[in-house]
Amino acid sequence: MNFLRNFFEKKLGPHFHEGGKWHKYWPAYEAFYTFLFLPAEKSSEGVHVHDAMNLKRLMSMVIIALIPPFLFGMFNTGYQHFLALGQQADLWQCMAYGASKLLPLVLVSYAVGLSIEFAFCVAKGHPVSEGYLVTGLLIPLVLPADIPLWMVALAVAFAVIFAKEVFGGTGMNILNVALTARAFLFFAYPSYMSGNIWVSGVPAEVNARSGATLLAQAADSEFLGHFRAVNGVGYENTFLSAFLGLVPGSIGETSALACLIGGLFLVGTGVASWRIIVSVFAGAYLTGLLFNALGWNAYMRLPAHYHLVMGGLAFGAVYMATDPVSAAQTSIGKWIYGFLIGVMTILIRVVNPAYPEGVMLAILLLNVLAPVIDYFVVQGNVRRRLKRFKTAAHVQ
Amino acid sequence: MSKHIKIRRGLDLRLEGEAEKITTVQDHIDTVCISPADFHLLTPKLLVQVGDEVKAGTPLFFVKEYPQVKVVSPVSGEVVEIIRGEKRRILGIKILADKTITYQKFPPFDYQNAPREELIARLCEMGLWPFFKQRPFDVVANPMLVPKAIVVSAFDTAPLAPDMDFVVHGCGPEFQAGLDILTRLTPGKVHLNVHETRTRSDIFLKARGVTINTFSGPHPASNPGVQIHHLDPINKGEVVWMLSVPDVLCIGRSILENQFVGTRVVALTGSEILKRRYVKTVIGATLKPLLAGNITHTDSTRIISGNVLTGKQVSLEGYLGYYHYQVTAIPEVQEPQFLGWIAPGFRKFSISRSYLSWLMPRKKYILDSGLQGEKRPFVVTGEYEKVFPMDIYPVQLIKAILANDLEQMEALGAYEVAPEDFALCEFVCTSKIPVQKIIRQGLDTLMKETA
Repeated sequence: MNFLRNFFEKKLGPHFHEGGKWHKYWPAYEAFYTFLFLPAEKSSEGVHVHDAMNLKRLMSMVIIALIPPFLFGMFNTGYQHFLALGQQADLWQCMAYGASKLLPLVLVSYAVGLSIEFAFCVAKGHPVSEGYLVTGLLIPLVLPADIPLWMVALAVAFAVIFAKEVFGGTGMNILNVALTARAFLFFAYPSYMSGNIWVSGVPAEVNARSGATLLAQAADSEFLGHFRAVNGVGYENTFLSAFLGLVPGSIGETSALACLIGGLFLVGTGVASWRIIVSVFAGAYLTGLLFNALGWNAYMRLPAHYHLVMGGLAFGAVYMATDPVSAAQTSIGKWIYGFLIGVMTILIRVVNPAYPEGVMLAILLLNVLAPVIDYFVVQGNVRRRLKRFKTAAHVQ
Repeated sequence: MSKHIKIRRGLDLRLEGEAEKITTVQDHIDTVCISPADFHLLTPKLLVQVGDEVKAGTPLFFVKEYPQVKVVSPVSGEVVEIIRGEKRRILGIKILADKTITYQKFPPFDYQNAPREELIARLCEMGLWPFFKQRPFDVVANPMLVPKAIVVSAFDTAPLAPDMDFVVHGCGPEFQAGLDILTRLTPGKVHLNVHETRTRSDIFLKARGVTINTFSGPHPASNPGVQIHHLDPINKGEVVWMLSVPDVLCIGRSILENQFVGTRVVALTGSEILKRRYVKTVIGATLKPLLAGNITHTDSTRIISGNVLTGKQVSLEGYLGYYHYQVTAIPEVQEPQFLGWIAPGFRKFSISRSYLSWLMPRKKYILDSGLQGEKRPFVVTGEYEKVFPMDIYPVQLIKAILANDLEQMEALGAYEVAPEDFALCEFVCTSKIPVQKIIRQGLDTLMKETA
């Protein structure tokens, strides 16, 4: 690798350093160089040794954790396609079809997102942060497979500029960037983001028959009977297919199992907050139970554990709610934040007939509320200290 | 009432290179250097000039802020250089030591019965006052104030730190005399904090006149700031004094002998030191005689006066810091590593389990001085809290400092902390933020504004 290092350090480097002709583009050079090499930068102040964790490592851990839903989503896109058409297809045909849909989305997402990111960093003279490597992969996974590429490009541009860069870039955003992209499409092009569109590459009439998500079906008042009619099986079996993910939906969200594997990896490596993941599921489950107890309509009577495997709850809990920048920052705050995401998700699903899925809006709402939650948690600490001070003053 | 406190959050960094329990006596001290920078924020007023002959105990400078506080020479000899930096700021006073040290004698003093003011005056006169550090602000104690408590930590959990039982071995009377002096300085308690399993010496366990509290758990359990936070937290307007065991020992010995005895047992530690030993030398000693020929690679080694978390980088020609009782040598980072961020990392250490080295929890590491990544905006949350065992929100406090919000700093507990309490936060930080430096700046600002 010495050749590569020499090329970067001796040939390219000088042009980008102070006084070089391309010094303006230093952030771009730094991004590529540090991608290839962990620099031998010395600790110059404070501690003399450092933990080996860094932002690149962190982001690559999240990307590894995204492999299960990514691969499964690829397969399921093909599987749903051939199933709806009534054609036989083996694993590789399903994967190939899924790849033909998913890879262009990923390509567009990275190309547009990273271009904007680099442009902003060069303009501001900031180093390029690694955050978009994860965001760029998350965005395709929360979209339907048939979304037009130009819409993806538009959504990515909107999200990166208005959810991230205007706030100051990585680490400064209030809303989760990937969900902002999805929300943009959801409200700007609702016909591409909801309804009977979830099975890829099939005629509209086929989609009308099978292209609704479980949640959309569940929102139907005659849920049980309807469900049996559509799927030919009782919903007793849908728990398993929803858990495995063999149902229509956004590319990466359908399999709770894949999300669970990714989630275990993230929690195991210490990258994601287990408090948030656990509390999202707890909030959703308890709200589901509450609705079960009320039982005013068929949807409310849907067993609470179904909510955990249907729709994007698992994906949102593992990959979206845990985004440390937009989540609550204090430990207690994380419990509250996650719990309320779970509650809001089920509330939106069950009570609001306009939106069959609630997890996206729930997370975005709690992103906005997270600083408030933290504020009250931290104020608790401040009040404790103030009380101690007053007691001490009183004794004297 | 003594207390038992279990510290739950923190990290014992397991490094290669502990010192063997053998003490060698340095036969000849070459030069010593006293650096005023070791006394944070204090302005030195010189009392000697180049060419002056000094004895051990002769004042080198007094402090502008508290004129009674003097810093004295730990050896007898000749002042050979006054090192100055920008704006003629004094960086160091260098003394070439005599072969045999002669001491400036002080008249006998009854430290057990003299009034408190006289005792303080005596400590100042003998150059023993700088050993007293205070919270808030982590600076040399203001001798005009009365502390609500004094804290001495009888163990050190920092990486490769010397065993205090060993340091204090055979010095029971001196240490007890030091403690006796401390008990006279506060109407409150003198807390002598011992470790549940590590502290075995009766010098600590049977110390008289003090409150002995037991601590257990990982670093920073030995930080006096962490200890007082759990014993008797500092409120606004309150002052607590803190001293290390070697400093108490020095005070006790000097008062008993009526002369300033600046000897100090120093542990030579770290993977790059060949003979890892304890050495009996003096405060401010030049490190070259201790390290020359005792280091693996002279050109690629980082020498630290102190430990890897809070110590100061020095050269081979450098000197032992005033408060330090440990020297650490670690490898300096050399080569950039190809795709280093994706390596499996059996030799890399992380408290996250993102490198495979977590499979080997008992492993001792040789860590180099590398930053292990790039400085980035603050992203990850919850990691500082894992190694910060105080009821304080570290990140929020840091942000208050960065925003220069004095009220918020005060409300979030800035009076209770010192940079060293945040050393592990800085170590684990994914974004490589210089946390200790930020805390120091915050304390400086707060001190200036509240003075």
